[in-house]
Amino acid sequence: MNAIVTVLGQDKVGIIAAVCALLAKNNVNILDISQTILQGAFTMVMAVDVGKAAVSVDGLREQLDVLGNEMDISIRIQREEIFDAMHRI
Amino acid sequence: MLNHKDILSTIEMIDQQHLDIRTITMGISLLSCCDEFHQKACMKIYEKITRYAEKLVKTGEDIEREFGIPIVNKRISVTPMALVAGASRTKDYVPFALALDAAAKACGVDFIGGYSALVQKGFTEADENLIRSIPEALARTELVCSSVNVGSTRAGINMDAVAMLGQAVKDTAAATADRDGLGCAKLVIFCNAVEDNPFMAGAFHGPGEAERVINVGVSGPGVVHHALQAVKGQSLDVAAETIKKTAFRVTRMGQLVAQEASRRLDTPFGIVDLSLAPTPAVGDSVARILEELGVEVCGTHGTTAALALLNDAVKKGGVMASSSVGGLSGAFIPVSEDEGMIAAARGGTLCLDKLEAMTCVCSVGLDMIAVPGDTPAETIAAIIADEAAIGMVNNKTTAVRLLPAPGKTVGDTIELGGLLGSAPVMPVHPESAAAFIARGGRIPAPLHSLRN
Repeated sequence: MNAIVTVLGQDKVGIIAAVCALLAKNNVNILDISQTILQGAFTMVMAVDVGKAAVSVDGLREQLDVLGNEMDISIRIQREEIFDAMHRI
Repeated sequence: MLNHKDILSTIEMIDQQHLDIRTITMGISLLSCCDEFHQKACMKIYEKITRYAEKLVKTGEDIEREFGIPIVNKRISVTPMALVAGASRTKDYVPFALALDAAAKACGVDFIGGYSALVQKGFTEADENLIRSIPEALARTELVCSSVNVGSTRAGINMDAVAMLGQAVKDTAAATADRDGLGCAKLVIFCNAVEDNPFMAGAFHGPGEAERVINVGVSGPGVVHHALQAVKGQSLDVAAETIKKTAFRVTRMGQLVAQEASRRLDTPFGIVDLSLAPTPAVGDSVARILEELGVEVCGTHGTTAALALLNDAVKKGGVMASSSVGGLSGAFIPVSEDEGMIAAARGGTLCLDKLEAMTCVCSVGLDMIAVPGDTPAETIAAIIADEAAIGMVNNKTTAVRLLPAPGKTVGDTIELGGLLGSAPVMPVHPESAAAFIARGGRIPAPLHSLRN
């Protein structure tokens, strides 16, 4: 199952490294990654495969929440279908 | 691969433009719960609802979390209670309302609708019992919503029912006077009621529906408003196209959630209701969309035309996005639940007569409008009759949900709390329609041939 991880917040050193490390630790494969700075705000969108993840998606969400709080950024993980439904016919 | 911009636009809609699924409503048939003894019928009702809807709230929350889309309400609608209670010997139907309330609380849902009667052509004994019990039923329960269908395009308007309900609205306000007449927020009087509406307070599970079904109501006034800000000053064709595209996206999300809920609950998918349902939150208002289209304040000249455009574009965009569209589908204009409407009413621009005109071109009707507490029952009945006539003649659903707050008068505000919001008390015409209402009988169904 694919999911979309989005990271939004103030740009700082190490955001990508921290998020990728967390995903790797949980055996989540990154399929695609795109990152940009929009008006000073860091935005990153990742497509990930959670099919072989070591924890449930809920468990992953909790870990990402903790990391987001530590780094003062917003990290969310959502199933890909919601974006497909809204933007693909 | 999905586009970075598309993904961020969805996140922005959810975070900043109040995009949400307004409700997942499970419709449950209670026809199998009829019993000669009302205690036994109530036990069957409680058992059936709690069995079918046991996982409704949990499933809604799971979907909410996994997809990252807020689902504001989880609700239940049931067979119009007069059809079920009519089999029992008792004439006191309040125990049926208490059973619904207890079942709703056990399931953890926000509301349960269907304490209802369909009397467009005439009353059964059960219908009369139910209507008489509405004030007490709504005062003694928290989550039960009641509705009565008093007219239809094919049957005309049952004016005896209209008169009874004018009184029932007053009595409900009196019975809940300690809460600013809150009971009236849970009582809707319809013409051409639909059987698959997922929105409260008018939801019920029509007798033509399946054993159980999942209906979903989407929302998104904030998203439409935001999209229109990008086409400021451009022609109305562009505005209509913009609304259509936005409604399409929002509805696709509703369809996805509906299918997912239906699968997980092993319950057939019914319909997606394409409605723009506002909330009192800033940025979630239908009135502000109309103002974005170019009317200075909602309620001034041009408002009805702007609303007609909005309502039609929402349907056109949404209908292509769902495999099955139903319910009320259109823009709602509940005054107390819409920050822009509250402001327009408070400023005096939005009045009852203009709201009546607006209901000719949009979904539903005179909704969540506070009127003075001393408004006579006949005047309320006459307002119901006017609204029902608009629905009957124009072949559309109309409804009335008035709040005659006890002790309150024009200039006061009633506070209902939460999504129900607050409403400035609006004036009604002081001249009486009592003689018209006292006539009783039926307004015949309109002619729908000879259209040339």
